[in-house]
Order: sequence, then structure tokens, then C-alpha cells
Amino acid sequence: MRAMVYRGPYKVRVEEKDIPPIEHPNDAVVKVTMAAICGSDLHLYHGMMPDTRVGMTFGHEFIGVVEQVGSSVEHLKPGDRVMVPFNIFCGSCYFCVRGLYSNCHNVNANATAIGGIYGYSHTCGGYDGGQAEYVRVPFADVGPSIIPDWMDDEDALLLTDALPTGYFGAQLGDIDEGDTVVVFGAGPVGLFAAKSSWLMGAGRVIVIDHLDYRLEKARSFAQAEAFNFTEFDDIVVHLKKATDYLGADVAIDAVGAEADGNFTQHVTSAKLKLQGGSPVALNWAIDSVRKGGTVSVMGAYGPLFSAVKFGDAMNKGLTLRMNQCPVKRQWPRLFEHIQNGYLKPNDIVTHRLPLEHIGEGYHMFSAKLDDCIKPIVVPGAV
Amino acid sequence: MPYTAGEPGRTVPEEVRARIPGWGVDLDPKNPPAFPRERFDPDATGAHWDFPERQEEKWPRERSIEHKFLTPVFGTATPLHGLSGAIRRLAYRRYSEGRAAHWLLLIAGDRVDAVESHLRSLASARPDDPITESGVLSERRHRPIRSRFGRGRADVSHMWMDPVIIVGPWLLAGWLAFSLVKRVVGRRPA
Ligand SMILES: [Zn+2]
Ligand SMILES: [Zn+2]
Repeated sequence: MRAMVYRGPYKVRVEEKDIPPIEHPNDAVVKVTMAAICGSDLHLYHGMMPDTRVGMTFGHEFIGVVEQVGSSVEHLKPGDRVMVPFNIFCGSCYFCVRGLYSNCHNVNANATAIGGIYGYSHTCGGYDGGQAEYVRVPFADVGPSIIPDWMDDEDALLLTDALPTGYFGAQLGDIDEGDTVVVFGAGPVGLFAAKSSWLMGAGRVIVIDHLDYRLEKARSFAQAEAFNFTEFDDIVVHLKKATDYLGADVAIDAVGAEADGNFTQHVTSAKLKLQGGSPVALNWAIDSVRKGGTVSVMGAYGPLFSAVKFGDAMNKGLTLRMNQCPVKRQWPRLFEHIQNGYLKPNDIVTHRLPLEHIGEGYHMFSAKLDDCIKPIVVPGAV
Repeated sequence: MPYTAGEPGRTVPEEVRARIPGWGVDLDPKNPPAFPRERFDPDATGAHWDFPERQEEKWPRERSIEHKFLTPVFGTATPLHGLSGAIRRLAYRRYSEGRAAHWLLLIAGDRVDAVESHLRSLASARPDDPITESGVLSERRHRPIRSRFGRGRADVSHMWMDPVIIVGPWLLAGWLAFSLVKRVVGRRPA
């Protein structure tokens, strides 16, 4: 089969690989029909996530058709069209049974602090991802769901990570009626977090980013107020002024450890590994939320330490809430919202390219060429 | 204004409700979308086992020492090999996830892996190609000049380093090959 393969920092190519076999009785092999490149794939692409091995196939956002199932699979059969949440989880461990699917204890031998994720380095279990023609899906009875007939393929694809994660970010904010919510980052997750904040009753939604085309999307897609932080001497002061010197009630970090920050951050994190990515957005969130407010974090952070302003968080009495999104828990409600027309996930898709061009896709997405917000790759397309 | 006890701007303007289809549908705390905190609901997951059957360990699989045993299911994407494998094995065997040494060794293993794999590729039918693998060809169709000015393009600040990262391994490989040839040639009796 054809698969995207990591060759080292800033280098990927498509090459021939074996079709993955069934390795466990509850595995399925899924033929991928569509995959996405995610902002958090850039952490891998830039070589910032520990134990990212050459030869690995990335891609934790994909949908496809079941090709083959293991002997204990009961709920799926070959031919089923499935959407697969980015978390790999067993459904029966201490954590899964409590709904913490992203924290499953039975799927990641390499670490206990993080669960299993498709195509996300050995730190997340060493599973190949879906930017390929076929992918191994463990616990096929637990993770995947059959795509409803009424659902658009691209919407299903965005339900495997970006939309549920954005929605989860708003949820973690514990938004109260009329709250002012500030979202840092206008990538796919930030846009969905902003949009979801309204559904949870926000009175005001503000989005902060540095790329004008993404801010424009925040205004049109998420109906938010949007500011470019590079136009302000100090974005925190601006936000304080904009909220009558109170601060926002809820701040959402939809950036994570910066996949690509300014020069110093780039050197200390991406190059020298002195920190696991600079938490600029998180520190802005801590600074700009009001005292007693809530900071929600679902941007991607690696396991290495980051310089977070913990003292400020303590002195302000903040509630910090965070996790990787347990995607499947979000699906029932999100399906309803899509059917009711409250959310239209694929409005944010900007690029569709064949798998064979994925090297260019990574560069384009990483450099934010051509106003790229969300690229989708299609195996087999030309 | 925070200097008094009043509630600032808590009433949501009608204009907002009218503008946002679905405004407030998930507002009711008694009807949470997916209860964000822990919830005990063993029947909800589709699992039909207490403890999953164990996947066969076809080669010694590294694991965090914070695990009691190898997890019943694990990834098989890229087994350990070579010098990078030895570094990674050490990181897993010796250090818990709480130790910086664990992660720094893994990062070091990654860099060694990239160089090792690059050298190996030069001896293969399909060597690494610095042009296509860096994806720079996508610049051609996507406004390479305009995107660099006044738009906060993310990679501009460190672009000068990229040739070092991408071309560096090639120079290193060339230098190694050259010194190897020199050594072999030099050893021949004149
Ligand atoms: Zn993602
Ligand atoms: Zn589990």
C-alpha cells in the first residue's frame, strides 16, 4: 500500500509499505477513504514529540471502510463505513469505564501519562496512522462508529478530532450564560471552540490569532470578535480594556505548545529542547482571564516541561481544566447539532490533495501558505 | 466595572440570540453534552471483556517502567533498531516518565535515528530526496513571495536554520563517505 512516512524533521514522503495485519482478535483493518493533516501533526513533523521514529506513518484523523476484522469483533463487518476517533481505547479499564477514553491504560505501553493515539509517535503507543491506504484499528468494537447515511464524509472526518476537541474546549470552560469567552488560536480547533461557546450560552466570544485570514474566518464562521495580537503592544492589556478591566470569564487555549513560535521560543523548544514547546498562549490565557475564572486547555502539549505562569494562576484563584478530548463521548450531541444545522464542520476545509502530494501538504500547512486552515488528503486520488 | 460589586454585562443581547442559530442549546447544566468529568458507566463502551486478550509480543517490546506489565494491546509501527534503538531502550529501561532524562534521551534517539536512517537510505534503492521530502515544491503554486511579507508567516523567523536541518545530514553523509573512501584508498600500498 501507499503510505505517508516520516523521514526526519521537516521531511516526509510517500512510500510502499505492507498492508497492516490483524494483530489482536479485536483489531480491524480499515481502508482509508479520507484523512486530514492536523495542527498537532506539525509537532511530529518538526521533530518536537519524543520518540517519533523514522518510518512512522502519521494521521490520527481519518475515515474509511472496514476491510477485515479480527476473530472477536462483533459490532463491525467488512464493508462498513466508519469514522474512527483519534483516541485508541479499550473500553474496560479503570479510566475508560469512567469515560476518560483519552486516558486509557491498556493501549499505550510506552507511557502511562498519555493514552494511545493513531500515528502520534511512540510516546502515544507506536501505532501507525491513517495518512495511508490502510490502517490497523485496535478495539474495533469500542472506538469506531458507522457513519450515518445522512452525514457528509468531510463532516465525519472532522468529527474524529477537530470539532469534538474544539467543543470539548468550550465545555471545559464551564461557560455560564452571558460569559465572555476568549479563545487563543484560530486554527480548526479554536474556530470550533469559538463556535461551540455560543451553543453553551456565551454572551461574547473573542478570538486571538496572528494570521489575518484565520481571524477573518473567526468572524465569518464563528461570528466572533477577532484580534491580531501582532497589532497590539500587549494583547493582555488590550483584552483587559476590552472587558472593562475585568478580564474574560473563560479563556480557552486552542494553541498548545507552539508548533512554531518566535525565534527564541523556536530555538529553546524546537531546536534545543529546553522546554517542551513554549506555552505563550497558555500564559496569555492565565493573564487575561478574570480572577476566579476558568482556563481550558486542549491544545497539544508534549510531555516535556513548559514554563507556565503557575504563580499567577494560583494568586488569581483560577480553575485550570484540561485533557485530550475523549472524542467518542462527544459524538451523540454533536451529531444532533450537525443535523439541526447549528454546526457545519467542513466549512473550515480549505485544501484537498492526493496522498501522493502529502509532503507538499505538510510544508504548505506548516508554513501557512495559500491561506491554509484545514487540509484533507485522499488516498488513491490523482 | 470590577471596582464595584455589580455584575458587568451579563444579559445576553437579543441581537446575539438572533444572530447565532442554536445559541444556548447546551446551557442547561442538568443536561450536559457529555459530562466533562468522570462518569461511571461500564455498559457504554462496547467492550465485551474485563481485561482484553493479549496481543502477541513478537519481539521484546519496550515499555514505560511505570506500567506493571506490557499493555494487552500495543503499536507495532517501527521496532527499535541500531544505535537509536539502544538509546531509546536505555530511556525506557532506566527512567520513569517523571524524569527529564527519559524524554531527553528519547529526543536524542530521534535525532540519531534521523541521521542513521538518512545514511541507510543512501545505500538503498530509494535515497532521501531533500527537494521533494521537504515539500518546498508546494511554494511554487502557493504565492511564495507574497506569503512572506506582512502576513506573519509562521516559519519566516527561523527559515535561515532550515537549510541546515535539511541539507545538514547530506553534508554529514557526504563527509562520512568522503573520509571513508579516503581511508580505504589511503590504506592501499602505494
Ligand atoms: Zn488532530
Ligand atoms: Zn481503557
